Amino acid sequence: MLIPMGGERMTDKAKPVLDLGRIDEIVSRHKGREGALLPVLREVQDFVGYLPREALERVALGLGLSLSKVYGVATFYTLFYTEPKGRHVIRVCESAPCHVQGAREVVEALQKELGVSFGETTPDGRFTLELVSCLGVCGVAPAIMVDDRVYGNLTPETVVAVLQEYR
Amino acid sequence: MATVKLTIDGIPVEVEAGTTILKAAEKAGVHIPTLCYLEGIHEVGACRVCVVDTGAKALQAACVTPVAEGMKVLTNTPAVRKARRMTVELILSNHPTECTTCVRNLNCELQTLAESLNIRSSRFAGERPEWPVDDSSHSIVRDPSKCILCRRCVSVCEKVQGVKAIGPLNRGFQTVIGPAFGDDMASSVCVNCGQCVLVCPVGALYEKDGIQKVWAALADPSKHVVVQTAPATRVALGETQGMEPGSIVTGKMVAGLRRLGFDAVMDTDFTADLTIMEEGHELIERLTKGGVLPMITSCSPGWIKFIEHFYPDLLPNLSTCKSPQQMFGALAKTFYAEKKGIDPADIFSVSIMPCTAKKFECERPEMRDSGYKDVDVVLTTRELGRMFKEAGIVLDSLPDDDYDPPMGLSTGAAVIFGATGGVMEAALRTAYEVVTGEPLADVNFKTVRGLEGVKEASVNLKGTEVRVAVAHGLSNARKVLDRVRAGDAPWHFIEIMCCPGGCIGGGGQPIPTDTEVRQKRIAGIYTADERLAIRKSHENPAIQAIYKEFLGKPLGHKSHELLHTKYTPRGRYAIHYRDKKVAD
Amino acid sequence: MHFYRAHVLVCAGTNCSLRGSRAVRERLAGELARRGLDGEIKVVETGCFGLCEQGPTVVVYPEGVLYCRVTPDDVPELVEEHLLKGRRLERLLYRETAAKAVQTVPQMDFFQGQVRVVLRRCGVIDPDSVEEYIAHGGYQALGKALTQMKPAEVVEEIKASGLRGRGGAGFPTGLKWEFASKAKGDVKYIVCNADEGEPGTFKDRLILEGDPHAILEGMAIAGYAVGARKGYVYIRGEYGLSIQRLERAILQARELGLLGEDIFGSGFGFDVEVRVGAGAYVCGEETALFESLEGGRGEPRLKPPYPTEVGLFGKPTVINNVETLANVPPIIQNGPKWFRQFGTERCPGTKVFTLTGDIVNEGLIEVPMGITLREVIFGIGGGIPGGRGFKMAQTGGTSGGCLPVQLLDVPMDYDELAKVGAALGSGALLVMDDTHCIVDIARVFARFFEHESCGKCVPCREGTMRIHEIVCRIATGEATPKDLDNLEALARTMALACLCPLGQAAPVPVMTTLKYFRDEYEAHIYEKRCPTGTCRTLAGRPALTAAGKGV
Repeated sequence: MLIPMGGERMTDKAKPVLDLGRIDEIVSRHKGREGALLPVLREVQDFVGYLPREALERVALGLGLSLSKVYGVATFYTLFYTEPKGRHVIRVCESAPCHVQGAREVVEALQKELGVSFGETTPDGRFTLELVSCLGVCGVAPAIMVDDRVYGNLTPETVVAVLQEYR
Repeated sequence: MATVKLTIDGIPVEVEAGTTILKAAEKAGVHIPTLCYLEGIHEVGACRVCVVDTGAKALQAACVTPVAEGMKVLTNTPAVRKARRMTVELILSNHPTECTTCVRNLNCELQTLAESLNIRSSRFAGERPEWPVDDSSHSIVRDPSKCILCRRCVSVCEKVQGVKAIGPLNRGFQTVIGPAFGDDMASSVCVNCGQCVLVCPVGALYEKDGIQKVWAALADPSKHVVVQTAPATRVALGETQGMEPGSIVTGKMVAGLRRLGFDAVMDTDFTADLTIMEEGHELIERLTKGGVLPMITSCSPGWIKFIEHFYPDLLPNLSTCKSPQQMFGALAKTFYAEKKGIDPADIFSVSIMPCTAKKFECERPEMRDSGYKDVDVVLTTRELGRMFKEAGIVLDSLPDDDYDPPMGLSTGAAVIFGATGGVMEAALRTAYEVVTGEPLADVNFKTVRGLEGVKEASVNLKGTEVRVAVAHGLSNARKVLDRVRAGDAPWHFIEIMCCPGGCIGGGGQPIPTDTEVRQKRIAGIYTADERLAIRKSHENPAIQAIYKEFLGKPLGHKSHELLHTKYTPRGRYAIHYRDKKVAD
Repeated sequence: MHFYRAHVLVCAGTNCSLRGSRAVRERLAGELARRGLDGEIKVVETGCFGLCEQGPTVVVYPEGVLYCRVTPDDVPELVEEHLLKGRRLERLLYRETAAKAVQTVPQMDFFQGQVRVVLRRCGVIDPDSVEEYIAHGGYQALGKALTQMKPAEVVEEIKASGLRGRGGAGFPTGLKWEFASKAKGDVKYIVCNADEGEPGTFKDRLILEGDPHAILEGMAIAGYAVGARKGYVYIRGEYGLSIQRLERAILQARELGLLGEDIFGSGFGFDVEVRVGAGAYVCGEETALFESLEGGRGEPRLKPPYPTEVGLFGKPTVINNVETLANVPPIIQNGPKWFRQFGTERCPGTKVFTLTGDIVNEGLIEVPMGITLREVIFGIGGGIPGGRGFKMAQTGGTSGGCLPVQLLDVPMDYDELAKVGAALGSGALLVMDDTHCIVDIARVFARFFEHESCGKCVPCREGTMRIHEIVCRIATGEATPKDLDNLEALARTMALACLCPLGQAAPVPVMTTLKYFRDEYEAHIYEKRCPTGTCRTLAGRPALTAAGKGV
């Protein structure tokens, strides 16, 4: 979510090729609705994997919004990414109920196993580790989410086992 | 209108329903300190400095909370005082403490606030995000680590100027204001108008410094340093030394510039008159020979960059005339150099402008028609004020002095360029007489004057009705341009000035520049106009002379070479077209 | 109509799903088919039953026998013993105490103490079946409202019931509806706030997963009452299953004419749209929710004007929590007097609580308002596991107050808890035993708010950061006594000066832990000692040991 400063300089870097037609289709489907920006960003991110510059410019163009507005919205929310992430995003709950049930040890095991800290992606591009607020599954604390799936009742051992499913 | 009775610190006051507590307190003679509040532009109650006790569970922001019947407002209870001080301390905990070397030292709203609240310590030392200074732009420097996130700049850029180049990014403590994707200003759609600089309460936004280059040139014996001064500077420069806004300090400014060591002190107003000659004839040609209409003025570089980004399809509507600054620059290193027998390579050309966008304008690659960079450095009115202070020049003690020939004589039509509607009025004064062949009964065209966002008028030129529109502030420009684009524009000629109020409200003018200050400066401009002997551009003998000696005739070959220009279509989201397929 | 001789209900709420209830259900279906029993015995996937700690749970009706921690491998024996031979499978029965094995749901203390109004269908019906919803009394209330009552009468009924908002603020729902119904304008909205971000709260998730039509019915009734024709449900982005179930329910309702034009031929039309959040706790605040729904950053607006005057898209809006709306159909159906038989005079009705932390029966319960903290924790909650001592209970989520043992007999309702500086809030209850460090948990609270502050107003944006920094310093033994003074002063100011309830509530856990557990803070500061041995230096090494020696 954090933007690195000094994004665009006068020289362009090579950018991934984007299916603009698909983005246009998403925009046109939502266009008539009020407050279309968030649903559009969600769908575009689902499709592209994250929200690169070209996609946001296309969304801004289609919805008639400034790029400042679109980017300002994209960077406000934890579930939107403007930088490419690893193939799988691991979200670890950092809130009190999980903490009381031993989240700290689970976090340490994860960090040790992956060799990265929060906000970072493993060198092989497989996992990105994020620290997030309550996931709403406190009944099975401590819990994490990997992409859309929730895993609960974790211990330092079982959380490493979960990672195996994704290797 | 219904009224409401309430008390402020026990003082009874009656105000119209819907009035804010802040205004009601003012009426009661109670001053509530504010910080992010900027009347008419930014009223969001976000900084929480102006909180007061209204009896509610939490304190309310006085600047945005409407009064209620029987409300008992307390502005100075221990809890309120503590809350206010704490808020300021928290801002200070995330703000650099090097006031003495900051560009806004002694003119900073945070300093004033801390002083008035008697803050003697800041209890909360902690992390401060280190954002790098962005000095990529020719015009405006951003220093996000000084930013207090009041977001006035965002309001002005979004609502008043309709450019939306900057906005809040990230969330919480990581929030920062800037262009999308962390772009630097130079790559963004910022038009350099500097309205953000005018509203910034602290030193997070300021103009790119040109002073050092000017000192160096003045000290270089091999350089012949020439200076031109814009119309709008002469009614505002006095403010840098405590004078009332609108004080006409023309003669003193010239004397001061001479004291600084400029070899020739000449006037942008001269080339303003020249612009009227060229542009007036251009309009007449388009009207009579079926050129692209409506024609739109082109002297405001912030406006030019705006149309290049957002309305590139309307570029053919722009007059091809350069701005007075750039016409002067081209002539200084050709006509003037020739006349004075100076090698143009030795001429260092400086301009004093109310404008930050002019710094970008002088760097435009096409502004080299003299064979050299036509204008070397642009200084804002504020920068000149700083130079005078540094050199110990006291305006009050200076005798009035006159501009140097051959480019120092100007008319009332030129000086009114500084106000919104001024270019239009000046053009009409000339166009009327050129087309009808008759003298104007009244040179004043009051219908195009004033602070209304979009003004319309029509003038009868010997049976032909010429309809005109005047817009100032780029959101108002959009209104006019959208109609032109839609083919729904009834006008022949449009004046657009980037800044609210026109150049007198420019991004380089002394801070504060609010509505009241703008009005005073405008009054000064029209007073200066009335005081001048000659009020119409075509009657300026120096103008007649330059055509006779050098240019030939308006729109002639020499004019096209030196006084007219081309424009550059730009991307909607960045300085270049990044990828035509993507965003256009 | 097919008649089954038994129903086997498998809890498929998120918590049980995470423990493998899907595999259990599939094994059950397979086993019954294998034995040719699938024509007589139906397997139903239901929403959360509430006994999350014991999941996956299976309940066999008509007896109501509850089996706990069922694994797929248990299934053949379960089918053989219970469904074929009619014998209880003892080893999987719920054990309230070591000695007493409880057999049926009605016999369980866990359920005895509960009054399941909002949760009455959760764990009972198949949430994907609108027919089951209707069979269980669904849409009767809407029918009654539309065909037998005037809008103003509906408002009066809700007012008379005394229902108060269940999202946290506890504002009288009837009054809110009345303001909105009186507001001028043709276009009004009903918004269901399902952005449940308060840590420790997962009731809305499970209500939406277990009984989605109840929300639609509640919203339609609200729409009728105030004159709104459109509703939005704003669900947080992390709640995938809730979103799915609700969207399916909407389609089902539309198909049956229970949403859309001219419902029940009354001339009243109402439709609902789901909007999904994107990960911001602050969007649970009503005006921030509007900003987000309108496609912007979730930054709260100033109040006044209030949502019932100027709300979503600038129109009069009623915004209610999921649980509040779930209470509406039963109130309309049974009347305000029925509702008032539960709870207290000023806080009638029931409240869904989510029990988390060091408590035996982690999960979801619904009890009358006014029940004491002690009864919840040590009665229905089953007490502290491992026989450890009770240290602290935080009510209302991370923005709620922390209560020590001396306040265990406070009745749980909005007003009583407010009197002791705590808050009922969303009904989240976090229990901590004496092995945890107060400063450590305060640090976690502070980190949460620093992460979730929207950044618009100075006291919250800067204050949450500074609070976090100070508490971290206290935790690592680097703080001075001045830090404690500053912390208190900062907390007091934030509660008064912040623009929105997030900032105003952020210092509450710090203030209450300081009030009731000051000695622990002081031990960290003056003695560089962590009494429970939990706190470490930033480098991760234990710096503060229970014995007070630094490392």
